[in-house]
Amino acid sequence: MTERAAYGTLARTRRQRYLTAFTTIVIKELNRFLRIWVQTILPPAITMSLYFVIFGNLIGPRIGPMAGFSYMEYIAPGIIMMAIITNAYSNVVSSFFGAKFQHHIEEILVAPVPHALILAGYVCGGVCRGVIVGALVTVVATFFTDLGIHSYAVTLAVVILTSTLFSLGGFINAMYARKFDDISIVPTFVLTPLTYLGGVFYSIELLGEPWRQLSLLNPILYMVNAFRFGILGVSDIALPEAFAVILGFIIVLSMFSLHLLNRGVGLRS
Amino acid sequence: MTTAAHANPADAAPALSIRDLRKTYRGGREALRGIDLDVAAGDFFALLGPNGAGKSTTIGIISSLVRKSAGQVRVFGIDIDEDFPRAKAHLGLVPQEINFSQFESVLEIVLNQAGYYGIPRRLAEERAERYLGQLGLWARRDEISRNLSGGMKRRLMIARALIHEPRLLILDEPTAGVDIEIRRSMWRFLTALNQAGTTIILTTHYLEEAEQLCRNIAIIDDGRIIENTSMRALLGKLHTEAFIFDCEDRIERLPAIEDAQVVPLDDHSFEIIIDRDRSLNEVFAELSAAGITIRSMRNRSNRLEELFMRLVEAND
Repeated sequence: MTERAAYGTLARTRRQRYLTAFTTIVIKELNRFLRIWVQTILPPAITMSLYFVIFGNLIGPRIGPMAGFSYMEYIAPGIIMMAIITNAYSNVVSSFFGAKFQHHIEEILVAPVPHALILAGYVCGGVCRGVIVGALVTVVATFFTDLGIHSYAVTLAVVILTSTLFSLGGFINAMYARKFDDISIVPTFVLTPLTYLGGVFYSIELLGEPWRQLSLLNPILYMVNAFRFGILGVSDIALPEAFAVILGFIIVLSMFSLHLLNRGVGLRS
Repeated sequence: MTTAAHANPADAAPALSIRDLRKTYRGGREALRGIDLDVAAGDFFALLGPNGAGKSTTIGIISSLVRKSAGQVRVFGIDIDEDFPRAKAHLGLVPQEINFSQFESVLEIVLNQAGYYGIPRRLAEERAERYLGQLGLWARRDEISRNLSGGMKRRLMIARALIHEPRLLILDEPTAGVDIEIRRSMWRFLTALNQAGTTIILTTHYLEEAEQLCRNIAIIDDGRIIENTSMRALLGKLHTEAFIFDCEDRIERLPAIEDAQVVPLDDHSFEIIIDRDRSLNEVFAELSAAGITIRSMRNRSNRLEELFMRLVEAND
């Protein structure tokens, strides 16, 4: 049996077909969150504006400078990163769980799409939303403070890698989720506390022991600080160490996600 | 009707070949207890059985939505354990439950499915127009799918399953809850599709549907195949035949026909069940003698139902 026979008169290499399948998943994901932009893109811009107003404008001047920057400047990268993390995660968890819940994930499962491609497509969708929301919140931040970019390469790399990591986290959450409550438990009880304690609003140099050492166990600290380095050129964490942690998590979560897909956890009986 | 270039003279493998297929769900429920089944290329095949017999589990395993516990499945000679992606490329599935996104348009659903199969956009658009057109949905292509009627949703799932022009189309109760007019138009569409070369496997609870459409049949009950033969051979097992007579006048008294069972249906019609060997001329003579004028007569087409019930009850 030839590949040609399998697709009627159409002869395409596997690589061409997989590329089409991958772009289809990504475009479908983009369309999904852009169609409902009032629910997906606008809220983080409004929420983050409030952070800038309250913590930057109202409380910030009383706190004074931090690491040589005004408090508003210091927290801006953390707030942008917080929006990226939350949106990358929630995009994948809600989209993949929704597809499971409505059973239209079966459209992809019955097609000859490799599991790695399904994962890559959904993660790429999450990264796109993270990047778009991050860019929007950055624009909002410029209304409150003058933001320069210290290193474009580091900034862009951290945004993409962090979005990837949290998209993977959302994917794993969606694989295990059986009801809608299950997709809000992790963001509420794990993601939000870790983000607030991840050096968004303060430098860990201000913390005493054991809180400083405990903070080092929080992976979000590494992302926020690497991003802050990209924007301001200051960080509590050495850059290679931060990238090693982010890449390490991406590798582990990717392998675990593929393992879940191969076993069909929550997808195949 | 246009379908894939299916003909491949070198390919003599059956469309579907199943050997000793078993499935035990978590919790110990044995859904399939060792099924053997062959469906020839080009066949229109009925897979029947009562609820919970194992039909959907079998279809789920073939289409990768259910993991098998043991056994072998080959699609056009391709073992799903060896190259499932290539086997999947030959398969189109119309599931029992509606399983498309309720927030996407008709066209988006079909084009996305084409994308998953690696079909380039321009070709996908041509095929979408063709299949949505044939199924009466092209005018509704921009409609959000949740606004479609039940019958349209079923037809959309058929169009979606055909977008990659599969050689084997599996339909799991495609006409459930659909009115008779749409059901008959779907029958015509499926018949034409089969005549153009697509192998079709159909599960249905409308036994009349299976009797009219399918050439071969397997009956599954309690996870086992209890009958696997041609429709003609199966119906040949019936020793009696039923005819429905519509009368010109209101029936005041049912006629008594020798060696036949007469069952009233309404004021103007009744059913006569006679031995298959018996001449109908004798029946007409007796009806004439009874002063009954027949306006029309038809064969009762749900004979399969009798056999089905007989086989399933015998298996209990």
